[in-house]
Amino acid sequence: MPISLAWVGEGTFDSELDALKAGDEAAFRALIERYHGPIMRLVMAYVRDRGVAEDVVQETWLTCLRSLDRFEGRSSLKTWIFGIAINVARSRRRKEARILPFASLWHRDDSDKRRPTVDASRFGSDGLWASRPSSWTSLPESKVLGNETLQRVKEAIDVLPPKQREVITLRDVAGLSADEVCGLLSISAENQRVRLHRARASVRKMLEEYLR
Amino acid sequence: MTCRQVVELMTDYLEGALSAADRARFEEHIAGCDGCQAYLAQLATTRRVLSKLADEPIPPVLEAELVKAFQSWKSTIQG
Repeated sequence: MPISLAWVGEGTFDSELDALKAGDEAAFRALIERYHGPIMRLVMAYVRDRGVAEDVVQETWLTCLRSLDRFEGRSSLKTWIFGIAINVARSRRRKEARILPFASLWHRDDSDKRRPTVDASRFGSDGLWASRPSSWTSLPESKVLGNETLQRVKEAIDVLPPKQREVITLRDVAGLSADEVCGLLSISAENQRVRLHRARASVRKMLEEYLR
Repeated sequence: MTCRQVVELMTDYLEGALSAADRARFEEHIAGCDGCQAYLAQLATTRRVLSKLADEPIPPVLEAELVKAFQSWKSTIQG
């Protein structure tokens, strides 16, 4: 089922959209340069293969071009483009699902349930920290934001339940707002927060083990 | 509130979804708890690392193909 793109009420004036509709090539170039990275990560939340993901990204932009004259700016341009990316990626995933077991995970995903996200063993019987989290502020930036850390974070996202992977990628990687994500995924604010909370906690836990 | 409860409210806190009363109790706990402060700071760092994942330049070949598609789209709207 395609996701809804008609959820935002009144649109705002969007000079970038006007420039695109007028055929401004520099505006288009700026757009694809700015959003390539976020869209690529978003697509990889649905399809695992990099080559397939690149195909999906290309198809996303071609779909945007085909639909641009019908887009009235009722949502932000960014949200509209990301919504198209999600639709194209989901549709590709369904095709891939016939050969890959990956998609079957979506059917037993309990991501909307609140669950403790920190091991009970970290706390004493009084509910206070028995083993306190350490401060990361003394770690060098080159370690915290280094390529190996980024690679590990990608892997941590890959193993998240799909609903959590989708939300954390939209929020924390692509930088969409909570309202935008709820609208795009047609989920409640509560579900959005629970998925995000559990996803961030899992990535944090991996980082804690890695940065130790 | 205990640390165990506070860690599970951190996203609700950051998203502004706590009631005024819970928010006050949360902040009161955090103010006096090094462990929860460290945990909250770790979550902030986690988000900073996550946002770095989006830094991926568009491959030149793809960009060239898309610009070509844009030019051909432009010729149809202006045709």
